[in-house]
Amino acid sequence: MITYIIRRLFAAVVLLFIVSAATFSIFYLIPRLVGGTPETLATRYVGRAATAETVTLIAEKLGFYDPFWIQYANWVKGIFVGAEYDYGAGVESCPAPCFGYSFITRQPVWPDLLDRVPVTLSLAIGASILWLAFGLTTGVVSALRRGSFLDRAAMTFSLAGVSLPIFFTGMIALLVFSYKLNLTAPGGTYTPFFESPSQWAYALLLPWIVLALQFSAQYARLTRAGMLETMSEDYIRTARAKGLKDRDVNLKHGLRSALTPILTIFGLDFGLLLGGAVLTEQVFSLPGLGKYAVDAITTNDLPKVLGVTLMAATFVVVANLIVDLLYAVVDPRVRVG
Amino acid sequence: MSDGRPFLEVKDLQIHFPTDDGLVRSVDGLSFSVERGRTLGIVGESGSGKSVTSLGIMGLYHKRNSQMSGEIWLDGHELVSAGSETVRGQRGRKMAMIFQDPLSSMHPYYTVGSQIVEAYRVHNKVSKQVARKHAIDLLDRVGIPQAARRVDDYPHQFSGGMRQRAMIAMALSCDPELLIADEPTTALDVTVQAQILDLMRDLQREFNSALIIITHDLGVVAELAEEILVMYAGRAVEQGPAVTIFEQPEHPYTWGLLGSMPRLDQAVTDRLLPIPGSPPSLINPPSGCAFHPRCTFEPRTAGLGRTVMPELTGAAGSTHLVRCHLPADERQRIWAQEVKPKMEAQ
Amino acid sequence: MIRKSKVLVAGTAAMALMLSAACGGGGEEGDTGGSSATKAEFNAANDKVFNPSDKKGGIIKLANAGDWDTLDPGETYYGYSWNFLRLYGRALLMPKPVPGPEGLELVPDLAEGLGVPSDDGKTWTYKIRPGVKYEDGTVIKSADVKHAVLRSTDKETFPNGPAYFEQFLNLPEGYKGPYKSKGVNTDSAITTPDDTTIVFHLKVPFGGFDQMAALSQTVPVPEAKDTGANYKQHVISSGPYMFDQNNLGKNFTLKRNPNWDPATDANRKALPDGYDVQLNVNADDIDNRLLSGDLDVDVVGTGVQPAALGRVVGDPNLKAQADNPVLPRLWYTSINPTVPPLDNIECRKAIEYAADRTGYQTAYGGPLAGGDIATTLLPPMIPGYQKFDLYPAGADNTGDVAKAKEALTACGQPNGFETNIAYRAERPKEKATAESLQQSLARVGIKLTLKPYPQGDYFSQYAGNPPFVVANKLGLATNGWGADWNDGFGFLSQIVDSRVIRETGGSSNTSVRIPEVDNMLDAAVAEIDQAKRDAMWAPIDRRVMEEAVILPGVYAKSLIIRPKRLSNVFVSQSYNMYDYLSMGVA
Repeated sequence: MITYIIRRLFAAVVLLFIVSAATFSIFYLIPRLVGGTPETLATRYVGRAATAETVTLIAEKLGFYDPFWIQYANWVKGIFVGAEYDYGAGVESCPAPCFGYSFITRQPVWPDLLDRVPVTLSLAIGASILWLAFGLTTGVVSALRRGSFLDRAAMTFSLAGVSLPIFFTGMIALLVFSYKLNLTAPGGTYTPFFESPSQWAYALLLPWIVLALQFSAQYARLTRAGMLETMSEDYIRTARAKGLKDRDVNLKHGLRSALTPILTIFGLDFGLLLGGAVLTEQVFSLPGLGKYAVDAITTNDLPKVLGVTLMAATFVVVANLIVDLLYAVVDPRVRVG
Repeated sequence: MSDGRPFLEVKDLQIHFPTDDGLVRSVDGLSFSVERGRTLGIVGESGSGKSVTSLGIMGLYHKRNSQMSGEIWLDGHELVSAGSETVRGQRGRKMAMIFQDPLSSMHPYYTVGSQIVEAYRVHNKVSKQVARKHAIDLLDRVGIPQAARRVDDYPHQFSGGMRQRAMIAMALSCDPELLIADEPTTALDVTVQAQILDLMRDLQREFNSALIIITHDLGVVAELAEEILVMYAGRAVEQGPAVTIFEQPEHPYTWGLLGSMPRLDQAVTDRLLPIPGSPPSLINPPSGCAFHPRCTFEPRTAGLGRTVMPELTGAAGSTHLVRCHLPADERQRIWAQEVKPKMEAQ
Repeated sequence: MIRKSKVLVAGTAAMALMLSAACGGGGEEGDTGGSSATKAEFNAANDKVFNPSDKKGGIIKLANAGDWDTLDPGETYYGYSWNFLRLYGRALLMPKPVPGPEGLELVPDLAEGLGVPSDDGKTWTYKIRPGVKYEDGTVIKSADVKHAVLRSTDKETFPNGPAYFEQFLNLPEGYKGPYKSKGVNTDSAITTPDDTTIVFHLKVPFGGFDQMAALSQTVPVPEAKDTGANYKQHVISSGPYMFDQNNLGKNFTLKRNPNWDPATDANRKALPDGYDVQLNVNADDIDNRLLSGDLDVDVVGTGVQPAALGRVVGDPNLKAQADNPVLPRLWYTSINPTVPPLDNIECRKAIEYAADRTGYQTAYGGPLAGGDIATTLLPPMIPGYQKFDLYPAGADNTGDVAKAKEALTACGQPNGFETNIAYRAERPKEKATAESLQQSLARVGIKLTLKPYPQGDYFSQYAGNPPFVVANKLGLATNGWGADWNDGFGFLSQIVDSRVIRETGGSSNTSVRIPEVDNMLDAAVAEIDQAKRDAMWAPIDRRVMEEAVILPGVYAKSLIIRPKRLSNVFVSQSYNMYDYLSMGVA
């Protein structure tokens, strides 16, 4: 088991390296391949009023004249030993781990990312608790009362939940609950948990619900399908033959098995969400990683985009790893040696 | 508690399932009884309704998607009309079941021990430690070596035979008075089959329980059963003492089954008296005798077989009942002169 | 040299909206303000003060859909930021904070009066108002202004800022700003004979230098507290408010500056106790919060999002809560004379005649959300504007097909010709424009092929890159321009001066190469007398139109939501949004 974990960790690190190289290439190599010059790359970092000299100056400062692999090596080096940028008026430092330095906001990307993780984490955890609670309950009840009015209503509702995009449900929810009824917080009012737990919850309540709505729909369907499958298994019949109460049969024997595939999907979903619930954060103006990514992309701030991409990839890879390990805990059959 | 009824008495049991294609009459008027310490073998092809009967007795069908009528008397209590909670209280405690495929019938995520403990603690308010001790004793009793250690293994860590022993241990956890074994040895290889059958016989004697063996394999029944019930298309076509059924079978279907009995000295595929055709639809069963389309002797019924459903009857005072249009003496003659010699010639 | 417009683009680039009967006169609905003195109606704050009041106190809440470009006065290059910056910084001059055309006039701020030119406009002298202090109580000296201007010329540190000063000031050769060229004598560019006098020395005469003196780059920066690129983290205030909290990229708040003395400041009322600004807020959410009164001002001030636009236009009550100011911005299409057969002026004229002006306006959202049909380069609000129309488009403004065919015949292409039109792929309005032109030009046989390009590199690599334009036969290219400041120079210099065209690309001027126009510009720039100078822009405008190298489209307008609970609200004609200096909480 230990060697298995070590092997998986090693693979994860290699994977992240590949992701970083690929991402770096997308932003720094491909533009060059399709005819961009160091100067055209540098124009992203200067005003339109900039003279040719300014552009050259910036291109040089950002190392765009270096060969691609040196640029990448410098970037990787920054992660381990940090980087420094001389602005004349004092040296700007980007201490390790330097996951890039934004030349637009003149700030290292890493502290920004750290700053935003709690927001996304708050959003993801709260929403996932809601959607698991709601999705699993709905799914189980639907499966056990298959074909009933309740089942059909729940499945129709969940189809709607899956189909309606968050930028629609989110806007409507804000309009109705925040601006018309004044029940929930308006957008952009995120308060850190340790500053005020009540304000934190108040600001996140609507995003939680809206995000959870989308996911719980999917989870209700998954749970229902999984329950329908496991409830026809022989061991369920055995459990009933033992005289177990229906509740125990459904939850302890049925749901337990149905949960295993859901655990996998949940791990991936959660990992993706930690990389940034882009639409939700955008709609509710939550300063999380997703919003950060969107803002970075709209301002063409490549170091930020690169940093946040890698961060998101890390979350997905780690989530995958944890799911795999958890799988062994949940299902004794996959335990290795 | 007994009021003169047999320990288990099933009267005119019907189990139907409404489907989109029509009503599936899996069990359609079945009556039999079993006493404590006795063994009944229910025999038939797949789809004959034998498994449905056992699950019906156990009350494992939901009222939502099945229709059950008739009477099932277990130790003086009627189960068909009883509430589902009442029947649940009987399950596992008063009546228990052993299933065909022990691998798929045990939950893969729980240890064998915990599944036995669970079965025991549903009906007995004891601590987990006590229940665990009980589980180890049971495993030991059914012949699991090193039971104290293997109690914490998962089902997939057991061999097929051990799993079936564990299933039996689980079924016996509450000393049930009625034990139903549905194809208990089908998934096992031949040597293990014999061990399991021996074990069941021993246990039945020890616990003095009523045992119902459900199988398509007359060989298994021959080992254990004192009574035999042959089912076809949801009905009994022949029932009676095992000795009679084996020595003096009177229904053409039973002859077919006997002819299909696998023997050690004979390839399974090479059968003397094959039953042509396939089991009938339970939604639209054939008119008249349900077996007539496959019956070699149907022409001798003067057309009755195709139009009239024969009654399950026997000689006055006899427990040997047969559902056939052929006169009793004619059946005995065919068996003695046409069928039996061919089988023995083999 | 433009007011960078990414945000503006985000605000306006969107589907065309149905603006039918609803666009008539202003709403005549009931007073929604309750106790307010002014009636809340459409355009109530466009050329007059809405809710005049001197009441102090309260906090004004603002939000920005993006990040602030930078709070550093030496680098910020957005109109809204210049508007807002006056709360914490005092430039030498500033636009007069009043509604109407008077708002285009410059008035002294940190300086005691307007600039005094000498040496035919090559030298400009300003006297600093005595006794003005920073937030820490230090007295502001002329050297601080000099330092502020010089540091802004360091384009490695401040690559995004305006570049007028290094263009006009007579700086030493190779000067790289006060950080890298430490100790270099810069008296050739700026002298400070005493603590209250600052003199600017230019390379060439520049009659409109006062406009530069009003740039935020003249807001004083104390050298001792200057942290270069990091100065934006804590700008030292010289205005009535100073930074309280500043979380870059998220939000910041301003509180009263105790060292600001109203006696030194005739322009500022400083009514509220503070300002609360949120950054990176969802644009649609901003509109909803404005309409519900939860938020006071969309600080970027470029107008509502398409979603809210539909609601505002369709609902008389909401419309009464909006203003519709004109912008110093022209949406147009460049006609490139480098691409045959457009090297023939008659073929260019054919395009001018054949274009459907109404279609162009519709592509931008109609008269309310888009703007008015343009026939000149200069928008009407620019001083010196003259109305003319060299290529009348018929009574219904849908183009003069007969005249266009005449021109085509004169060009030797009686059956029309084929060419391409470039537009920015991310901008639906430019796509709609291209499609509208495709249809209207097809009437005379001119076949247009649509060529979308990414807007990030639109000028550097595609439509603004002369060799690319020729190689890919981009006869037409949709374009747009907004002025840095509202005079002829600010508007025209970057789009009609052939000398800003670079062979490597990156210029907004893609089609105007008229030596005569370059000379006319130089003459106008050198003119010191403002009235005379203003009169010199219209002839340039007319000369460019005569060459038919630009097809004017729309003089832009925006639709902005008026703060519900604020007093002293009015649109500044200098910033073309609400004046942020004068507002108070009602």
